[in-house]
Amino acid sequence: MRSKRLRLRHLLCAGLLLAPVTGHSDPPAARQAELMHLLKHDCGSCHGMTRKGGLGPALLPETLAMKTDEQLVLTVLDGRPGTPMPPWRGLLSAAEAAWLIDALRAGDGL
Amino acid sequence: MVLSLMLMAAQSSAVADCQVRGTGDLGIVIERASGSVQVVDTTAQRSLFRIEGLGDLSHASAVFSRDGRYAYVFGRDGGLSKLDVLCGELVKRVVQAGNSIGGAISQDGTLIAVSNYEPGGVRVFSADTLEPIADLPAIYDDDRRSKVVGLVDAPDQRFVYSLYDAGEIRIASFANGKTPSVQVFPAVGRQPYDALITPDGKYYIAGLFGEDGLALLNLWEPEAGVQRIVSDYGRGNKKLPVYKMPHLEGWAVANEHAYLPAVGQHQILVAHAGDWILVDRIDVHGQPVFAVARPDGRQVWVNFAIPDNDTVQVIDTKSRRIIKTLKPGKGTLHMEFTPRGEQVWVSVRDADEVQIYDTRTLERVATLPAEKPSGIFFTARANKIGL
Repeated sequence: MRSKRLRLRHLLCAGLLLAPVTGHSDPPAARQAELMHLLKHDCGSCHGMTRKGGLGPALLPETLAMKTDEQLVLTVLDGRPGTPMPPWRGLLSAAEAAWLIDALRAGDGL
Repeated sequence: MVLSLMLMAAQSSAVADCQVRGTGDLGIVIERASGSVQVVDTTAQRSLFRIEGLGDLSHASAVFSRDGRYAYVFGRDGGLSKLDVLCGELVKRVVQAGNSIGGAISQDGTLIAVSNYEPGGVRVFSADTLEPIADLPAIYDDDRRSKVVGLVDAPDQRFVYSLYDAGEIRIASFANGKTPSVQVFPAVGRQPYDALITPDGKYYIAGLFGEDGLALLNLWEPEAGVQRIVSDYGRGNKKLPVYKMPHLEGWAVANEHAYLPAVGQHQILVAHAGDWILVDRIDVHGQPVFAVARPDGRQVWVNFAIPDNDTVQVIDTKSRRIIKTLKPGKGTLHMEFTPRGEQVWVSVRDADEVQIYDTRTLERVATLPAEKPSGIFFTARANKIGL
């Protein structure tokens, strides 16, 4: 009996640790405005202000549909070595990168 | 009598907007978010017109007709727009590709070439009518197409350009009229991302993203092939992230040296013109984007990628030292000197303004409002090789 209860507690803890990466809180409103500005102008330098691509690929909702949130967040944070996509880890937190991915998927600001 | 007077008034107002004046002190300011361009007067320091309807100008550059009257604006969405700066009008616009980065005008002023990302290649149009004249797809490895960058005009009615994906430089000659011949220089280096041609049209220099160094082609001796210069400039140093690509077009040759943005180092590389030996590195505030020389070559002004894009540094080329660090504001995107260099106009995107600095005192002397300004191009470029 006792060993069964312990196993259940362990399973519950393990379940919490595996919470999805998009379970994040939104940045404060002022920072959201900065992030949308960054997305439009600075991501837009290479991906186009219409997000149809340039030096970098398009970032339209349909272009991103086949990729997971984790893949996209890691691409933002760590870049793509060997390509001009730089790592933004120094300038963006993981939560902010995830928030931007959500905005891209929703086509916000277009 | 009254009716004829009204008709005369209507007719004269239709042409009243066209200025009767020289164009030599005029220019354009790209307003990148609103698809518009301002025509500006650098003597009066004021705006004359705003021309709208130019599509996606999120990356846009321009060249001028040989008479200095028309600007050809190359837009991100493949738009090629011919603007009349005297009348403040869009004369003609064509959408010639899906995604495009820049262009050039031929030596004799009759041809406009556009460098395209999608479909990768160069397309050439009549400067007069914008009718298509030639299509030069950037095909490599039998069936792959490369983005084209670093397109410039060169003497003898040629265009020189680089293939980003293929790592090639090509020369297209229109010396025999409308049918070009193309010479290919393969394996020049990894990911040429932009290029410049020296003011005398002799050397074409492509910056490489995929390795430390630049690819040099001596246009007076093309048979000698492409040479690597300033190699391994980052050796031993940690590569820093590049949040915006440097731009090589512009007058980066000053006081007998080329001042070149390093990629992944916060430095300007100084190479002696002619032998291209690296003679100096100047530590600067961030990742350089533009290094632009004052027309006399005594100063080079440098701006930077984010997070440092609120800053401009001025290098004195006699001492090779930074003599001033300016803070125009966030989104300092571009700098353009007046024809003899007494002033420089600086676009500050996030402040929605263009700031004008005196290059002798290094003080700001005027400010003009502009909507999210990016590139600034003055008509003095009209008869300069490579611009």
